[in-house]
Amino acid sequence: MKHITDFTIVCREQLGKHYFALTLRHPDLLPPIAAGQFVEVEVRNCREVMLRRPISIHDVDSSANTLTLLVQIVGNGTRQLATLNEGDTLNLIYPLGHGFSLLGNNPLLVGGGAGIAPLLYLAKCYNDRGVRPTILLGGRTKELIPVREAFEPYGKVLYSTEDGSLGEKGLVTQHSLFFAPYDHICTCGPTPMMKAVGRYAVEKGIPCEVSLENMMACGIGACLCCVTDTVDGHKCVCKEGPVFDVTKLADFLENK
Amino acid sequence: MNRAHTKKVTLLVLIFNLTVVNLSTKIHNITLKNPVMTASGTFGYGEEFADFIDLSRLGGIIVKGTTGERRQGNPYPRMAETPSGMLNAVGLQNVGVETFCREVYPRIKDIDTKIFVNVSGSSIEEYCHVAEMIDELDNIPGIELNISCPNVKKGGMGFGTNPDMAAQVVRAVRQVYHKTLIVKLTPNVTSVVDIAKAVEQAGADSVSLINTLLGMAIDVERQRPYLSTITGGLSGPCVKPVAVRMVWQVAHAVQIPVVGLGGISTAADALEFLMAGAKAIEVGTANFLDPTVTVKIVEGLEDYCQRHHIDDINDIIGII
Ligand SMILES: Cc1cc2nc3c(=O)[nH]c(=O)nc-3n(C[C@H](O)[C@H](O)[C@H](O)COP(=O)(O)OP(=O)(O)OC[C@H]3O[C@@H](n4cnc5c(N)ncnc54)[C@H](O)[C@@H]3O)c2cc1C
Ligand SMILES: Cc1cc2nc3c(=O)[nH]c(=O)nc-3n(C[C@H](O)[C@H](O)[C@H](O)COP(=O)(O)O)c2cc1C
Ligand code: FES
Repeated sequence: MKHITDFTIVCREQLGKHYFALTLRHPDLLPPIAAGQFVEVEVRNCREVMLRRPISIHDVDSSANTLTLLVQIVGNGTRQLATLNEGDTLNLIYPLGHGFSLLGNNPLLVGGGAGIAPLLYLAKCYNDRGVRPTILLGGRTKELIPVREAFEPYGKVLYSTEDGSLGEKGLVTQHSLFFAPYDHICTCGPTPMMKAVGRYAVEKGIPCEVSLENMMACGIGACLCCVTDTVDGHKCVCKEGPVFDVTKLADFLENK
Repeated sequence: MNRAHTKKVTLLVLIFNLTVVNLSTKIHNITLKNPVMTASGTFGYGEEFADFIDLSRLGGIIVKGTTGERRQGNPYPRMAETPSGMLNAVGLQNVGVETFCREVYPRIKDIDTKIFVNVSGSSIEEYCHVAEMIDELDNIPGIELNISCPNVKKGGMGFGTNPDMAAQVVRAVRQVYHKTLIVKLTPNVTSVVDIAKAVEQAGADSVSLINTLLGMAIDVERQRPYLSTITGGLSGPCVKPVAVRMVWQVAHAVQIPVVGLGGISTAADALEFLMAGAKAIEVGTANFLDPTVTVKIVEGLEDYCQRHHIDDINDIIGII
């Protein structure tokens, strides 16, 4: 069941210049949340922004009724959200979409930029199943990766940057441990990265799930604005995604 | 004294609650429990909102635009946010009338509100085919004919932009459809009044307006349009003054009931349309910002009537 409700910001953390994390508390118990699901955040007091903004659920603490969002500042909406402080309220519609399957016993989670966000809760959910994933986080430079120590307890964390400022130098798909024999891959990040990861997975026959970030208006399957082309025709990323099996995405694996 | 005061307040509240406001209005021969309906293409089949509101609180639901065959719609990207509004180019993606009748209708037919199907097509034959099939469905008391679509056989010119073509499609559908026929007008015309009169003449039982305004937005960083189709339909608060003006003009020019929409997100917005002459209103884009907004508007109308000592909402319809 989806909800629309106010949360209170209980913690705001700036993560370098481009990212911040907000931990939000609700007075009531949170509904069940699957890794990969997202929220639609209302942006108040911003003349340029009317529509809500979709943001992944980065972390959940059901014993404290909190969830955490990890946000990259890219435009008016996210810039306005960055001005919020502890004690402020934030209205959310959540939990939305269809999350990761949590399949595999030796999974690789690959994240780039803000696409790192859903991977923390995903790693935790794998741990709840007794599976320790490998987590590969990438970006152009160290500044563009929201480094989160929070990942460390939940898996083996690897980094790659194009300038070598953190971890191995190069793209995530060039990392020496990218080619280890994983039995499942989950990825979220810039489209070219997800395409490269997806192509590799398909080539090797490794099941692969990608989390798409299409532009959304409603987030609940009502407007049909957010579609992606699949082998079964147009599907709403907000409802049938954002997580898709890569082999279902028509055109996604073509180099274009 | 304190106790006396409390008593007085309680009494007032009681009297207040006993003032029963009539919110019910009529479109042709359909009685709506209140004038608040949802706009086609912004409310799915209603089901998407069932987690957020009690759908039976609504005056009506106008479901997604439905065509003869299943349609994929336009390629992504189909949406761009603009100041106080949005552009869309969804392009009538829908399951097609047969699947609607077979799979969707049974799921929604018992929702306790009036359900209308928005009927679309690329030819007169397609409009008629869809209308005929919907005519068979007991719990659909009317259709909203979306004549903003391009007429493929006439070089893609919109049915709704020419009075003769608009009248032609309405006349044809009137022959095969026997329940309430609402015709939805496009604002992308020189004189919406001429179109409204033409469809009234052709047998429409009601008109609804406005559909989206044709617009365009360019991403200057990437130096390309935001929409895959370059142009798209503008909706949201930014279109409201245009919509109120058109509703007012049309309400003064035709005898049939007018349904008003375009940018409504509060009870005050809805009241503007009612005062301008609309017998009912539809809420579109605002559903995306707050999925509970329709119920808030119903409550807001009731509250307004109580504050202004109006016991029947019909008393303020068309007062301007
Ligand atoms: C399911 C989903 C989950 C997401 N999770 C996160 C998250 O956890 N953390 C996070 O920081 N971001 C996330 N995003 C992306 C986020 O929604 C956008 O960055 C945000 O909407 C931008 O709003 P804005 O007003 O700041 O930027 P705008 O002013 O709207 O746009 C600024 C620039 O960002 C680009 N942009 C806008 N929206 C998107 C988008 N959806 N995807 C890619 N580029 C976009 C625009 O093209 C433009 O160039 C997610 C998106 C989706 C669909
Ligand atoms: C995403 C989207 C899809 C729409 N689809 C349809 C449709 O299928 N048929 C139709 O007649 N109008 C459609 N419309 C137009 C709306 O029903 C309405 O006329 C318009 O958006 C103005 O109202 P608003 O400003 O309250 O949204 C659509 C609008 C939007 C935003
Ligand atoms: S954003 Fe509206 S259907 Fe996905």
